[in-house]
Amino acid sequence: MTLEELQEIKAGEELAKSQKKKSLHVCVAAGCMSQNADGVVKALQEKLREKNLEKEVEVKGVGCMGLCAAGPLVSVEPDNRMFQEISPANAHLVTDNLEIGKRTTNDLPSDSPFFTRQVKIVTENCGVINPEKIEEYIAADGYLALYAVLHDMEPAEVVQNMIKSGLRGRGGGGYPTGLKWSTVSKAAGQKKYVICNADEGDPGAFMDRSVLESDPHRILEGMAIAAYAIGADEGFIYVRAEYPLAISRLKTAIKQAERKGVLGSTIFGTTFNFSVSIRLGAGAFVCGEETALIASIEGGRGTPRPRPPYPAESGLWGKPTLINNVETFANVAPIIRKGAEWYSSIGTESSKGTKVFALAGQVVNTGLIEVPMGMSLREIIFEIGGGIPGGRKFKAVQTGGPSGGCIPEEFLDIRVDYESLTKLGSIMGSGGMIVMDENSNMVDVARYFMEFCMSESCGKCVPCRVGTAQIYDLLTRFAEKQATESDLVLLEELCDVVKNTSLCGLGQSAPNPVLSTLKYFRHEYLERIQAEVI
Amino acid sequence: MPVNGQIKIVTLKVNGKDVSARADQTILQVCRENEVFIPTLCHLEGLSNIGACRLCMVEVAGQKKLLPACTTTVNEGMEITTTTDRLGHYRRMILELIFSERNHTCSVCVSNNYCELQFLSQKLGIDHIRVPYRFPKFNVDASHPYFVLDHNRCILCTRCVRVCDEIEGAHVWDVSGRGIQARVITELNQPWGSAETCTQCGKCVNVCPVGALSDKGRSVAENKKRSEFLPYLTQRRREKI
Repeated sequence: MTLEELQEIKAGEELAKSQKKKSLHVCVAAGCMSQNADGVVKALQEKLREKNLEKEVEVKGVGCMGLCAAGPLVSVEPDNRMFQEISPANAHLVTDNLEIGKRTTNDLPSDSPFFTRQVKIVTENCGVINPEKIEEYIAADGYLALYAVLHDMEPAEVVQNMIKSGLRGRGGGGYPTGLKWSTVSKAAGQKKYVICNADEGDPGAFMDRSVLESDPHRILEGMAIAAYAIGADEGFIYVRAEYPLAISRLKTAIKQAERKGVLGSTIFGTTFNFSVSIRLGAGAFVCGEETALIASIEGGRGTPRPRPPYPAESGLWGKPTLINNVETFANVAPIIRKGAEWYSSIGTESSKGTKVFALAGQVVNTGLIEVPMGMSLREIIFEIGGGIPGGRKFKAVQTGGPSGGCIPEEFLDIRVDYESLTKLGSIMGSGGMIVMDENSNMVDVARYFMEFCMSESCGKCVPCRVGTAQIYDLLTRFAEKQATESDLVLLEELCDVVKNTSLCGLGQSAPNPVLSTLKYFRHEYLERIQAEVI
Repeated sequence: MPVNGQIKIVTLKVNGKDVSARADQTILQVCRENEVFIPTLCHLEGLSNIGACRLCMVEVAGQKKLLPACTTTVNEGMEITTTTDRLGHYRRMILELIFSERNHTCSVCVSNNYCELQFLSQKLGIDHIRVPYRFPKFNVDASHPYFVLDHNRCILCTRCVRVCDEIEGAHVWDVSGRGIQARVITELNQPWGSAETCTQCGKCVNVCPVGALSDKGRSVAENKKRSEFLPYLTQRRREKI
């Protein structure tokens, strides 16, 4: 593969596009797929054939368009028009009303804040390109960044670029990505590895799945750039087996990339080699923790080990290893293409760029959104999310999944970044955002997450193994209004022990949902004590 | 770390006292050398350290988080505190959690008087357990001709797993299940007596800190463990190389 060949592919795609008057994009990511998006594609093709329009109008499957609540979604390009809730039965609504100016009941206003308030970097190709065609990714300037890096940049320059961009790990911890790359690049040893952590396990979070399903080549390109920067020649994508569609699209993408010569040996005619293989997780949440993930790839039981040594020094098979999350890798190519200054101009002082959130729970527009860091929770939930359905009152928003906490209404105007959420007793996490209305019971919420942590604890260290089970039992007593005042004291003590003495992040953050609800909704716990006394 | 091919020597403070150490030593090793008591259950001299029981957590100046002494190596100028009210509280709480997890009844246990859990609890002043007992129902595996496995007493320190894998080389033992459901198993969860890989060496029984693994035929308070063989074995192996 050469630069000319890349440009040729891009020109070919653009020519093919220009020969069609319109293009119907049907979302075929998991959300819409589960509502028969496949059938919609077929029905649309059939209707177009009936109307003799198949030469002018093409139908293609694309990745996630974000508004999962209204799926299956169909967008009409280049008209920037969108239809919601299309099924094979009402597909004619789309084909009958293709002319500009015609409206249907299934039209979705494309000027709604849900679309206009978003800033798309990670998801720029989601809902635009066909995830199963490498040519479309190349036409969207894909693999250009990899070419530029291999031909015009030293590995150290790439690392410097990542440092300057201010990108921080999107898996939850927010560790500076450039610093991590620089550490691994300086680690001694000939053999190094790059691992993409796609073991997304937080309840209610589906950002990584969506990106993998919608734009898998972006991850491969990000990993290849990282590999060049740190001096690795082998990469693994650790993806959970519960994501069959993401896995199959990744496999297709890897095969295509190898055939086109953008993965494999002597990439773009340089001496750089890089191969990627997929490893499937068997459904353990703790395998998202980096040392447990490494143990799992090595074929062992997925349990974490104490750090240091960090994987950057001694990771997969004892070799220096770079582990980044899917969303982190998805940010790499745009940073190289558009420059670190451009990236660092977006976001807040300490948190640069955008963040993808999975908006779920009691909110009108459930789905996937990408917003610049520093947007307030109120804007996210009420403007983009459309507020609470049924005119009910907002109560709290849960961020960071089982490691995060619940944030009450008084902090809705806080600007979302890593530090501000941590200060509130929650965390950014991987990007799950669950909105709760006045009918939610916070003790139940805490109990739900504690049950999750209890059953996902690996059982290695005592505080997490026994502590989470004991906290869960105590919360059950509260839920059943059987609790006493000493139970509340014990609950707080146990949370403190588990938080401060557990081995890995799972245990250390497991009490967060309890602690944050105790902080902001203590009366709900107290109510359940008094009931017993009377 | 090595200077001129030799391990660097560092000086540090343990509870305010200056001590010297090799830079590849763990906090636990240095403390034990200097007769500073740190409670441990999963650690055993001669086996790899896994940092699982969390009893050996210590405070290090400048570190927000507590650090496990068994897996943390020392640094020049480190200031370590091994006993504070906070650490004592956490250690007692962890022991209470262990007691609450399964059925630890000293008065009917083969390891009574020889039990590390019992010894540590006395030493750390545990006089009652505030967390509710879980009273799980576990079976006893007495299928082995010489030894007995009682899950009710197991604290999941995985010393048996490590000694069998690292010293004996048989890897009969492993852990199955997650979280509170985790338990040690022999072979692929087959009865111990039918485990073909078991060499019947008894190392697992002798390193077990509690009454989970015992010699068959022992009655209450009769099962003294002999784990002294471990340092000798590892030292001899090292010197042979």
